[in-house]
Amino acid sequence: MSYAIEGSTGTWEVVVGLEVHAQVISKAKLFSGAATDFGAPPNTQVSFVDAAFPGMLPVINRECVAQAVRTGLGLNAHINVVSRFDRKNYFYADLPAGYQISQYQHPVVGEGKVEIELADGSTREIGITRLHLEQDAGKSLHDQHPTKSYIDLNRAGVALMEIVSEPDLRSPEEAGAYLRKLRSILRYLGTCDGNMEEGSMRADVNVSVRKHGEPYRTRCEVKNVNSVRFVMQAIDAEARRQVAVWENDGTVEQETRLFDSGRGETRSMRSKEDAHDYRYFPDPDLLPLVLDEAWIADLKSQLPELPDAKKRRFMQDYGLTAYDAGVLVAEQATAEYYETVARGRDAKIAANWVTGDLFAALNRAGRTIGDSPVSAASLGKLLDLMADSTISGRIAKDVFEAMVETGRDPSSIVEEKGLCQVTDTGAIDAAVAAVLAANADKVAEYKGGRDKLFGFFVGQVMKAMAGKGNPALVNEALKRALSA
Amino acid sequence: MSLTDLTIAEAREGLRARQFSARELAEAHLAAIMALNPRLNAFITVTGDRALAQADAADAALRRGEFAPLTGIPLAIKDLFCTEGVRTTAGSRILEPFIPPYESTVSANLLRDGAVFLGKANMDEFAMGSSNMTSAYGAVANPWQRRQDADAVLVPGGSSGGSAAAVSARLAMGATGTDTGGSIRQPASFCGIVGLKPTYGRCSRWGVVAFASSLDHPGPFARSVNDCAILLGSMAGHDPKDSTSADVPVPDFEAACRRDVKGLRIGVPREYRMDGMPEDIERLWQQGLGWLRDAGAVIIDVSLPHTKYGLTTYYIVAPAEASSNLARYDGVRFGLRDGGADLRDLYERTRASGFGAEVRRRVLIGTYVLSAGYYDAYYLRAQKVRALILRDFTDVFAQVDALVTPTAPSAAFAQGDNMDDPIKMYLNDVFTVPANMAGVPGISVPAGLDANGLPLGLQVIGKSFDEETMLAVGAALERAAGFDALPQIRAAA
Amino acid sequence: MSLDPATIRRIATLARIRVEDAELATLAAELNGILGWIEQLNEVNVDGVEPLAGAAQMTAMLREDVVTDGGYPDKVLANAPERAGDFFVVPKVVE
Repeated sequence: MSYAIEGSTGTWEVVVGLEVHAQVISKAKLFSGAATDFGAPPNTQVSFVDAAFPGMLPVINRECVAQAVRTGLGLNAHINVVSRFDRKNYFYADLPAGYQISQYQHPVVGEGKVEIELADGSTREIGITRLHLEQDAGKSLHDQHPTKSYIDLNRAGVALMEIVSEPDLRSPEEAGAYLRKLRSILRYLGTCDGNMEEGSMRADVNVSVRKHGEPYRTRCEVKNVNSVRFVMQAIDAEARRQVAVWENDGTVEQETRLFDSGRGETRSMRSKEDAHDYRYFPDPDLLPLVLDEAWIADLKSQLPELPDAKKRRFMQDYGLTAYDAGVLVAEQATAEYYETVARGRDAKIAANWVTGDLFAALNRAGRTIGDSPVSAASLGKLLDLMADSTISGRIAKDVFEAMVETGRDPSSIVEEKGLCQVTDTGAIDAAVAAVLAANADKVAEYKGGRDKLFGFFVGQVMKAMAGKGNPALVNEALKRALSA
Repeated sequence: MSLTDLTIAEAREGLRARQFSARELAEAHLAAIMALNPRLNAFITVTGDRALAQADAADAALRRGEFAPLTGIPLAIKDLFCTEGVRTTAGSRILEPFIPPYESTVSANLLRDGAVFLGKANMDEFAMGSSNMTSAYGAVANPWQRRQDADAVLVPGGSSGGSAAAVSARLAMGATGTDTGGSIRQPASFCGIVGLKPTYGRCSRWGVVAFASSLDHPGPFARSVNDCAILLGSMAGHDPKDSTSADVPVPDFEAACRRDVKGLRIGVPREYRMDGMPEDIERLWQQGLGWLRDAGAVIIDVSLPHTKYGLTTYYIVAPAEASSNLARYDGVRFGLRDGGADLRDLYERTRASGFGAEVRRRVLIGTYVLSAGYYDAYYLRAQKVRALILRDFTDVFAQVDALVTPTAPSAAFAQGDNMDDPIKMYLNDVFTVPANMAGVPGISVPAGLDANGLPLGLQVIGKSFDEETMLAVGAALERAAGFDALPQIRAAA
Repeated sequence: MSLDPATIRRIATLARIRVEDAELATLAAELNGILGWIEQLNEVNVDGVEPLAGAAQMTAMLREDVVTDGGYPDKVLANAPERAGDFFVVPKVVE
C-alpha cells in the first residue's frame, strides 16, 4: 500500500525530510531570565538581552540544554559533549539583534532514530540527522494598522529545538506518523508540549520526487506548516506539483514555498539561495558548551518510560494486541489512566473499556483524558462490580453513562437505582415460570425444535426483572424449566 | 599643588584625612572641564549635577568613616559604557538619543566603590579608530604639543581618546576605556599616561557597547601604575551576566606594584623591531630594558613569529564580529531612525546616516569576509592564524615572565594625518593588537619624550591572569623613568 | 579577490547600509585596498591548525532556569523611535 504518484511518464516516489521546530518547556528563555508563558501582554516578557540592547550579553539556560539532551536521549541519539552556538545573520523586524543564535556547525545532539507505525501495522525506522538549540524570534502583527506592523518581543529568545530528520519519509502517511510519534515522545519527555495550534511545534517540510532507483532530485522546502494534517496535505500537493513540472520538461528550482491550506497548494515564497546569505560564525559572546558525562548519565537515569518501551511492556504484561497497546501509549495520560484501571483487573477488559466506551464518551463530550468525567479509579470500580457479579455487562453500560453524566461513583449509582443483580434463584425461577406461562405458544414452538427462541425467553425474563437478573442464573433456570 | 594634580592614591589619603572634601575635588575637576573641554573636546556629556550629588554622598560616607576604595574619586567614563539614565552614544550619531535603562557592570562596580562620575568621554565611533577622528561628536585634541610646530593640534590616539586626554589634562583622576586592538594602550602612550588592558575575562563586558566581542577589553587609565591598579581592583571581578567573564579571584593589584622585579625574566620579541620605526622609540625601548636589567631582571631575546600577521588577522576578525554586533542598530527599538518608505528603506537609510564612514567601511568588510564563498578564505583562516598568535605567546611565556615592547610605532600625530589611507591608520596598532588576539594583559607606561617633546610609552605584556607581574614590571619602569613631563594643556597650568 | 561595484552593492544590501552611486568608486578603492592588504595572511601555513574563536580559555557557564528578568515594557520601549501602546512599530511588512 505504498504511496506513489502515477504520472504520464511513469510512477514517481516522494522523498520527504522534516525539520521540526519544537518550543522547549522552560521557565526562562534560552539566554535570558525573562519568562516564557504564552499569551502575556505585549513586551512584558522581554529583558534588555531579548530586545538586543547595546552591551547586552547572552548566558545559556541550563534547563534548556537539559531538555535538548533529554530529547536527544529519547530519540536514541548521540549526545555531543562539546557543542557550540553560532550566529545566523539576517535582518527582520522581529529579530532584534539582527542575528539568531543557533547551533550550525556543532549541534548538541547528533544522529538518532525514531520508529514509526503505519496503518497496516508495519513499522519503519526514520533517521534523525541532528537536534540543535536556537532562539525563537518575536512576533510581527500586520493587522493592527493599515500601514504599520507592530512588534511584540515576548517570544523573542524562547528556546527552540530544531529536530532534523533524514530524507527517509516516503509518503504523507509516513510523515504524519513521524510527526505524531515525535510529538508523543516530546510530550512523554516533558520537553515540548507539542501544541501545534499555539505554534509550539512547527514543521518545515523538504519535498522532492524521483523515479524508483534514481538519486535524489532537487528539493523544495515548504515552510512553517502548523498541523499534522497540513503537513500531509502539503507533501501531496508539492509532490504532485513537482511531478507536473518534471513531466512538462521543466526543472524544479530549489526554493522556499508556503502551503496555502485554503487552496491546498504550495506557492513560491522567495528563492532561498539568492536572497539569503546568513554569514554563520561562532558567537563570540558564548563559549563552547561542554557537557559533563555524569550529568548526561543522570538525565538519562531519570527519563520516563517512553512510548515504544511502554508499548512492548503493555503487550507483554497485559497481553494486549499491538494495535491496542499502540493506541493506549500514544499519550502518556492515556497510558497512565489505562494502567490504573488495569492494575489487579482483567487487562483486556480494561483495554476494551478505555479504548471503547471511554474514548467514545470523551469524543462526544469533546474532552481529553486529562479532564475525563470518569476517573480511572471509578472505571476500575465499575469493572469490579462486573467481576463480582454485582451488575451485568449490560447494566454496566448504563451505569457508565450515568458516571459520564454525573461524575459519580459507580457503586452509589448502582445502589441508588437498585441495579444490583438478582442472584436469588427463587426470584429468578418465579420470573421464568411467569414468562413461560405467558408464552405457552412459543414454548410449544421451542419444544418443536425452534432453538432460536431461547434468546427470546432470556430477553423476556431479563425484561421482567428490569435487567437485573444474573444472566448465567437466568440461563440455567430457563434451560431447566424448558427441559422439564 | 592643585587638587587636580593629585594621583588617586594621594586624593584617597587627602579625603580620608579630611584635608579636602569630595565635593571640592569634584568641583575642581568640573571647573577644569568647564575651562578646557571646549578646547580638548574630551567629554561628549558632562554630568556635573550627578557628579556633585555623588560627591556629597561620598562626603557623607567619609563623615561616617566609611572608606570604599574609590570614595569621592572623580572619573571619566568612556561613552561606550552604558550608564543608567545618562545618554550613551558610543561616539555615534546612531545612538545620539539613547539613554540606557541600565548600568554596565564595570561602571556599577566603580559606583559601588564610591567613585564620582564627571561625564562620558569622547571616543572613536563604536571604538573603531586610532585617533579619535571618527567620533560623530568631533575630534579630541591631545593636551600635548610639539616643541616645533606647537600650533598643530595632535590626536590623543584612539579609540579611547577622550578618556586619555581627560586624564592627561587633569580633567579627571582616572578613566575607563576599552581596548579592542590597542584602544587603551595607544592613547595612553600618545597622552603620556598609564593605560591598562587586563586579561580577557577579567573585566565584564556586560553593558559595554560591543565592537568585537572576542577582542573587547574594558580597562582603566590613570596617571600612575598604582592608580591603574586601584581602578582595576574595582572594575574587575566575575560577572555571571557575561559568559566570557572569568570566575577567578581578584588579587591585590596595588600590592603587586610594590613587588620586586629582581630575577624576573623579561622577553624582548625581535619581531617588534620594525623597519622605519623612529629612532627615539628604539632608544627608549633599549633604555627601558636597561632599567629593568639594573633592577635585577634578566633580559631574554624571544620570538613571536606571527606578530606581523596580528593586524591583518585583526582586520578580519574585528570587522566580522562588528558587522554582526552592529546589526542591532536598525532604528526599531532605540537610537536614530531615518527613512521608512518600507522596512528595508528604514534599515538602509538609518544605518547609512547613523554610521560614519569608518564604521560603514568595517561593517562592509566584515559582511564580506563572512559571506558565502569567502568565509573559509578570510574568517576561518584568520581564526587559525589567531590560534598561531596565541601559540606564540604560550610558547614565549614558557620562557619569560613578561614582555617589554614599545606601545606604538610613533608618537602622537597631527589631526588629519594618516587620514588618506585607512591602512596607515591601522598600522598604529601593530604592537598592541597581538595581546588582544591572545587575550593576555598589557599596560602602557610613559617612559620618556621624543625629540619633539612628545610622550612615548613602553608596553609590558603579561601572562593571562597574571596582571600582578605585569604591574610589578610596569611600576619598575615607572620608577626608573621618573617621567614628570607635563602636557601643555592641563588644569591649573 | 577584488570587489566590483555589483559585489559592493550585494554586500551593502546584506549589511542594510544604503550606498549612493557616487560613493561606489571610493568605497571600492578603500575596500579593495584593505582586502589586498589582508591577503598577506595567505603566506601563513595554517595546515592542521584548529581555528580559535576567542581569547577566553574557558567553557560556557550556565544559568539556572529561573525567571529573573523582564516585566518592564516601559523601560524596553522608552527609547523606541516609534511605538503604539506597548508595541514597537515599523513600516508594514509584506511577506
